[in-house]
Amino acid sequence: MSILSIKNLGKSYRSYSSEWKRIARWFGLTAQGVDEHWVLRHINFDIQPGEAIGVVGQNGAGKSTLLKMITGVLEPSEGEVQVNGRIAAILELGMGFNPDLTGRQNVIHSAGLMGYSHEQIFRALPEIEKFAEIGDYFDAPVRTYSSGMQVRVAFSVATAFRPDILIVDEALSVGDSYFQVKCINRIKKFLEEGTTLFLVSHDVGAIKTLCQRALLVDAGRIILDADALSVIKLHQSLMLKKENDTNQSSRIKKNTRNISQAEKLTDDLQVSGDVLVVKEAIEAVDIRFLDESNRPISYVVSGQPLTVEISVKFKKQFHDPHIGFGIRDKNGLVIYETNTYCMNKELGAVQKNDRVSVSYSFDCHLGAGDFSFVVGVANEGYGKGSFRDNLYYDHEFKVLKVLQTGDDIWAGFFNLCPKLKINIANS
Amino acid sequence: MLGMMRGLWLYRHFVLSSIRNEQRSRFARSKLGVLWMVLNPLAQVAIYALILSNVLSAKLPGIESQYAYAIYLMAGLLAWNLFSEIVSRCLTLFISQGALMKKISFPRITMPTIVVGSCLINNLLLFLSMLGVFTLLGHSLSFTLLWLFPLTLNVVMLAVGVGLILGVLNVFIRDIGQVVPIILQMGFWFTPVVYPINIIPEEYRHLLEFNPMYAFTNAYHQILVYQTTPDLLHLVPIIGVSLLLLLLGLFLFRRSSAEMVDVL
Repeated sequence: MSILSIKNLGKSYRSYSSEWKRIARWFGLTAQGVDEHWVLRHINFDIQPGEAIGVVGQNGAGKSTLLKMITGVLEPSEGEVQVNGRIAAILELGMGFNPDLTGRQNVIHSAGLMGYSHEQIFRALPEIEKFAEIGDYFDAPVRTYSSGMQVRVAFSVATAFRPDILIVDEALSVGDSYFQVKCINRIKKFLEEGTTLFLVSHDVGAIKTLCQRALLVDAGRIILDADALSVIKLHQSLMLKKENDTNQSSRIKKNTRNISQAEKLTDDLQVSGDVLVVKEAIEAVDIRFLDESNRPISYVVSGQPLTVEISVKFKKQFHDPHIGFGIRDKNGLVIYETNTYCMNKELGAVQKNDRVSVSYSFDCHLGAGDFSFVVGVANEGYGKGSFRDNLYYDHEFKVLKVLQTGDDIWAGFFNLCPKLKINIANS
Repeated sequence: MLGMMRGLWLYRHFVLSSIRNEQRSRFARSKLGVLWMVLNPLAQVAIYALILSNVLSAKLPGIESQYAYAIYLMAGLLAWNLFSEIVSRCLTLFISQGALMKKISFPRITMPTIVVGSCLINNLLLFLSMLGVFTLLGHSLSFTLLWLFPLTLNVVMLAVGVGLILGVLNVFIRDIGQVVPIILQMGFWFTPVVYPINIIPEEYRHLLEFNPMYAFTNAYHQILVYQTTPDLLHLVPIIGVSLLLLLLGLFLFRRSSAEMVDVL
C-alpha cells in the first residue's frame, strides 16, 4: 500500500469582485464575479514507504503549494491527498518561538503544536536537549540565543519523533556545517528506519545525495517524475533556457529591431535532457584531455599536469564569445568552474565557421574517482560571470578518471599540497 | 463540530501550556509581574471613582455605603472587561497568527480557546482583587456570588460568538479591524458601567434593551452590589442570543478556515 497517494490534486485561488460574495458562498449562495486562478492542477503520484523524493522547480512553480496541501495547511480545491501515516514538516525552523520563554519551554510548546502529548514530549525532552548541544542555554530565554542556536533547537524538536513522512523545505541549508552534517545524518537514519522523505531544495547536491526519485514541478504541473539524476538534468536545462529567454526579452524591449532575430534564437533552442544547444549558433564542440607532452589521455594520476582543451566551431558571428568548463563529482557537486570571462580574457569577435580552441592547464590535484566535465559556451559576459546568451551547455560532456598512486597518501576531494614545517624546541 | 471537539481534546495540553506561556511571557522581565494585570483596571476604577463619585453617588439608589459608587463601578467593569477583551483579541487573532496558520497544520479551534482561557484567568485575578478591595471597604458579600459562574460562562459565549464573527470577517475585510474598537468604545458608554441606569431619561431607557451587554452588567450589579439573585426572566432572551451568535461564529469559522489561509 502506498503511504501517500495524490489524485488529481489542484489548488486555485478565488478572487471575488466583492468580499461579501465570498461570505455569501459560505452560506451556500452561488456568487457571480468569481475569478479562479489555478496555481497547481492535475497532480497525480503515489509514494511507497521508505522512498526519498526530491522536488525541484523554479520559484513560484507550485512546490510549496503542493507541500502545504500534503501537510494539510492548505485545503485542496479539487482532488485528494491520502496520507497513511504521521507527517512532520520542517518548513520554517523556529516558527512560533517565543523570545521571552526558555528553549525548554519553547520546545514543549512547539512539540505540542505538532500534536504530541505531554507524556511523549517529556519522554523526548532529554534527547532533544542532547541533540541541540547548546548546553546551559537550553534553559535561557530564546532572545539570548544566536540564530545558529535557535536553528539547533528548532531542528532538534522538529525531528525529535520519527514521522512516517518527513517534509523538508529548504531547511537543510541553515546553521553551521557541523550541525548540518548532524541534521543530514539524522534524516538518513530516519530513511533507513523506513521514513518517507520529501525534500524541496534548490540545492541540487542535497537531492542527489538523499533522493532516488524526484519530481520536477513547472507552472503548476509535474512535468517529470523520474529518477533524481534525470530530473535534475532537465531542471537545470530549463533554468538555462529561462535565463536565455529573459535575457532576450529584455533586449527586445531595448531594441525593437532585434525582435525577429531574438525570436528565431528562441525557436531554435534545443533542450534535450542534459544538453542545451542553440543550433544556429554552434556547430560542434569538443573536449580533449592532454598530458604534459600534449598526448590525449583518458585518465590522469593525481598531482600530474593536465590540459583541458575545448574547441568550438561557430556557425555565426559573435562579438564577445566565452568558453568555460567545470568539474563535478559523481554526486553532481561542483568542484570547480571557470570560463574565459571570469579569467578576464577575451577571445575577441568570431566569424562564421571560425574554430576556436582554448586550453586550461593545471596540476590535477583531485582525489581518486570519476569526474564529469561540464562545457559551456556563451556570448557577452556581464556582472560576476553571467551571460546575455547561453549558446551551449552540457552537464556531462566527458568523464575523466583520476587515479591515486600509493606513494602520495592523503584523503579527501582535493589535495591542498600543504608545505610542512616542523619545529621542535627543547629548553 | 465533532471534529473540532476531538482536535481540541487531542491538543488539550497544548492549549493549557499556551495559556501558561502567554501569561509567562506577558510579564517576563517586569518587576510587578502579574500585579499589572489587576493594577490596570483598578487604576481605572480609582480614576472614575475619584472624578465621578461626587456627581453620581447620590443617584445610586438603595445602598448607603459611601463607597457604593466604587463598588458599582467594579462590578460593571468585571463584566465589561471580560467581554471587550475577548472580542478585541478574537478580532485580530487570525491575522496575528497568520504566519503560523500558513506553516503548521493544527486544529484551528485551539486559537480562540487559548484566548478564552487566558482572558478567563485575567478575569479571575481581577475578580479576586476586587474581592480584596470589597473587604477593605467593608462591603460584605453572600452566596449570590455563585451566580457569577453561569453568568461568566454566558458572557464568554456572547463574546466568543461576536469575536469569531468579527475576527473571521476581519481577515477578508480589514476595515472591520478599524471600526470595531470604535464600536467597543461606544458600547462601553452605552452600557451602564460608569453611570447608574436611573440617570437615563425614562423614555429612552428601553433602548438599552438592544444592548446585549446591558442585561449582563445589570445582573453583575445585582449580585455584587445588591446581593440579590439576578433577574432571570431578563436574562433568558440574551442567553438565546448569545447561543445563536456563538453557533453562527463557529459556523463562519469552520466555513472560512480553508479560505483564510489563502488570503492571509
